Amino acid sequence: MLTRLGEQITPETLFKMIEVRGVHRSFNGKHVLRGVDMTIETGESITIIGQSGCGKSVLLKHLVGLMVPESGTITVDGRDITSARRKELYEIRMKFGVLFQGAALFDSMTVEENISLGLRQHTALGDAEIANRVRECLTLVNMDGTQKLKPAELSGGMRKRVGLARAIAMQPSYILYDEPTTGLDPITADSINDLIIHLNQKLSVTTVVVTHDMVSAYKVSDRIVMLHEGRIIFSGTPDETKNAKTDIVRRFVNGEADAQSYVITSY
Amino acid sequence: MANSTHNLAGKVGRRTLEFMSELGRFTKLVGRVISEIGGIFQDRGLFIQECVTLGVDSLPLVLIVGLFTGAVSGWQGHYQMEGYLPFEFIGPGTFKAVLLELGPVLTALIIAGRVSASIAAELGTMKVTEQIDALETMAISSVRYLAVPRVAAMTVMMPVLTAQAIFVAMLGASFVCIVLLGMTSNQFWGLIPNFFKLYDVFAGLFKSLFFGLAASLLGCYIGFRTEGGAEGVGMATITAFVWSCLAILVIDFLLALMLF
Ligand SMILES: Nc1ncnc2c1ncn2[C@@H]1O[C@H](COP(=O)(O)OP(=O)(O)OP(=O)(O)O)[C@@H](O)[C@H]1O
Ligand SMILES: [Mg+2]
Repeated sequence: MLTRLGEQITPETLFKMIEVRGVHRSFNGKHVLRGVDMTIETGESITIIGQSGCGKSVLLKHLVGLMVPESGTITVDGRDITSARRKELYEIRMKFGVLFQGAALFDSMTVEENISLGLRQHTALGDAEIANRVRECLTLVNMDGTQKLKPAELSGGMRKRVGLARAIAMQPSYILYDEPTTGLDPITADSINDLIIHLNQKLSVTTVVVTHDMVSAYKVSDRIVMLHEGRIIFSGTPDETKNAKTDIVRRFVNGEADAQSYVITSY
Repeated sequence: MANSTHNLAGKVGRRTLEFMSELGRFTKLVGRVISEIGGIFQDRGLFIQECVTLGVDSLPLVLIVGLFTGAVSGWQGHYQMEGYLPFEFIGPGTFKAVLLELGPVLTALIIAGRVSASIAAELGTMKVTEQIDALETMAISSVRYLAVPRVAAMTVMMPVLTAQAIFVAMLGASFVCIVLLGMTSNQFWGLIPNFFKLYDVFAGLFKSLFFGLAASLLGCYIGFRTEGGAEGVGMATITAFVWSCLAILVIDFLLALMLF
């Protein structure tokens, strides 16, 4: 079974969380993030919801320093990653596992090589141990036996699950999931939800999920936040979200289109 | 009229600024490649694999380039010297031309153009499908893991490939002169040792090393900055090919000023 590497108590552990403060980011004049404030507590499972194109994936990339905000700060365990040097940034990233929206598997490598790359680069594990770890990770996502396949030979949902196996291979303390259940059948999706919960509760992995799938959001989250027009406009438990009074949140979770978003021309 | 002049000035200014910032980012990549060059020892397998791929994949092309370059040089040499100079000079003349210019430059234009385009396509695809982001989040430097082995392999292999091309070119030239133009073997080869300078060999291969370096760095740079899906990758491929060809010609000129 996967166990977390032994953690010492350092001053760092006192600030174990992710803090996003006043983050702004635009692309070619398009202001996508407009002052995002958000705190992700250690051990919690938080889901970010929001309309397609509102900047959820962009926000996730900021959390691991793949994108740098124009203004604002992001601290991970007390360390500011927006001003971190490359070496320090890599140290911080070692704590993260990321499932990308399109899985982002290395298509020149087999499934096994994809999952073991981090282990080979950062640990001194031998081939047998690595093969074991790969099998464990693949079993967790119900994909054992696909070790020798290339990503091109997998379906979209299978790729997503291999991406997930790769994200957990290094036993990260934070896992970011960008739409983990999109494109999966309901049963596989539910097993992924169970896996997210398992990692969060049994291995106390801090979990950040981006999703449109409200079933999944209600099931896996301690807290749901909504990103709208570049800001976090709502934060609440799944129950509070179901009964949200705010119009935008209520319409989003119930899947109702905004009447004004249609232009009704008179005939 | 005034307006269009204004526009033109604005356009030139903007282009210049773009070029300067582009140059700045390219320099930054070069700096990172240098600072992470130790990566070849950490991932020796990647470097060796790149060398083998480059060497093996490029060999047929190198042989063809070399053969025809040599053949045409021999034929042209014969045509130009006929009636002015003894045929004994065709051999040394061809050898110098092939060693100093034709071998390094033509091999570089074909191999480096092709390889830098393929590097740009490969890294560009990885960029637009977020594979580079994935690598970086795994705390693996994309420069160390992707750029360093390619640049190092290309820089090492270019002189090797060029040497092969030069060798084959001389065979091609001798074939044309001896078999097609009826010279004796001694007529063709006889004077070459008298004109042979080790410095020329060094200069020719040294040039090709720079061509390999420039072309692979450009391929990596253009690959890494690719945006916008399949179309972006297509653009990156063409850009890498064109830029590395231009770079080779410019570098050839600059090195000629310095070396000869
Ligand atoms: N690299 C980039 N260059 C330019 N614009 C970008 C880039 N990345 C994202 N954007 C823009 O930022 C906005 C937010 O994109 P993002 O991918 O974060 O949306 P999202 O909320 O994840 O949507 P979805 O739910 O469809 O995945 C989009 O309008 C997109 O056009
Ligand atoms: Mg997204």
